[in-house]
Amino acid sequence: MHELGVVFHVIDSLKKVAADNGVDQISRVTLQLGEVSTVIPHYLSDCWKWAAAREPLVAGAELLIEPIKAISWCEDCQKQYGTIEHGRACPYCGGGNTYLLQGNEFMIKEIEVPGPEEESDG
Amino acid sequence: MDNVRVIEVKQSVFADNNAEAERIRRQLKAEKTFLVNLMSSPGAGKTTLLRRTIADLKDEMRIGVMEADIDATVDAEAIAAAGAAAIQIHTGGMCHLDAGMTEQGLNEIGAAEFDLVVLENVGNLVCPAEFDTGASKNVAILSVPEGHDKPLKYPLMFQVCQALIINKIDVLPYFDFDMEKVLSYARVRNPSIEIFPVCAKTGEGFPAWEDWLRRQTAAWNG
Ligand SMILES: Nc1nc2c(ncn2[C@@H]2O[C@H](COP(=O)(O)OP(=O)(O)OP(=O)(O)O)[C@@H](O)[C@H]2O)c(=O)[nH]1
Ligand SMILES: [Mg+2]
Ligand SMILES: [Zn+2]
Repeated sequence: MHELGVVFHVIDSLKKVAADNGVDQISRVTLQLGEVSTVIPHYLSDCWKWAAAREPLVAGAELLIEPIKAISWCEDCQKQYGTIEHGRACPYCGGGNTYLLQGNEFMIKEIEVPGPEEESDG
Repeated sequence: MDNVRVIEVKQSVFADNNAEAERIRRQLKAEKTFLVNLMSSPGAGKTTLLRRTIADLKDEMRIGVMEADIDATVDAEAIAAAGAAAIQIHTGGMCHLDAGMTEQGLNEIGAAEFDLVVLENVGNLVCPAEFDTGASKNVAILSVPEGHDKPLKYPLMFQVCQALIINKIDVLPYFDFDMEKVLSYARVRNPSIEIFPVCAKTGEGFPAWEDWLRRQTAAWNG
């Protein structure tokens, strides 16, 4: 299952983010997921529950997934269209001189961590 | 809810992998090693195709093969018998290879010693397409029994590949596989994809495929 491997990549990235920010606990993770990223949100959530429970940094953390619509651009028509509906072929001219504007994203948007802005250590 | 803070990250999950893949490509270019990432469903004919390709090209170039299959020892032995160096890459049961695992394999095989290294990726059409391995070119094999609708069902695989091999054309009479349709579906996904119908059993169609491989290797290493 692809989504489980992907979740491990997410957790690896989160470990780096946590280290950079001096964070040892994450309570919520917001991902942005393009419609043509080939990651299936439902599977991703299931794998997250399984994997996150085994990693102290994100144990019990909530996963939010924000979808991003897939949109392509036709160079010949200078128009945009829905990629899911039409694929690589432009629905206006039938040509293939097109590219994806957005929709294959798989981003960590933000994390939420427990505690106040500054650690009250000193 | 008041005792939380939000940290903006805005970072691609694959950013690290993509950066590592770019680094691998630069190194391969400097070492004059052409790396092909070969992907397909299980049983499409990767090993059979490689054995024949190696037998045909082994006198003109030094070839190495990295196997990521579950049953890799069997495949690695078959490759070695055909006349190329072969190693097994440890995927830890993953459904794909990423750049880090590929780099370990390249170090183990000693990539600089070869003109051409072929990576036999894990057998499926979904996950391997998602991860840049650092290969110079991506090649997919689709075999006739799988059906001509695969480019529609697995679009990303056909978008990331520069070449598509359609294998097992000897069994075309027994399947309602529409060659015209598969060519047009693949080209809708990827207008510049090069397509080679072959039979890995008999060698039919191999001159065109091997010529592409020869030209690409020379261009990369040149
Ligand atoms: N009829 C026919 N059979 C083929 C052809 N190429 C491969 N085969 C057969 O297909 C089966 C699988 O071939 P392999 O080369 O092992 O395929 P693979 O993609 O390496 O398989 P895995 O590594 O197990 O995923 C074998 O029984 C081959 O003999 C072909 O061109 N025609
Ligand atoms: Mg094989
Ligand atoms: Zn158009």
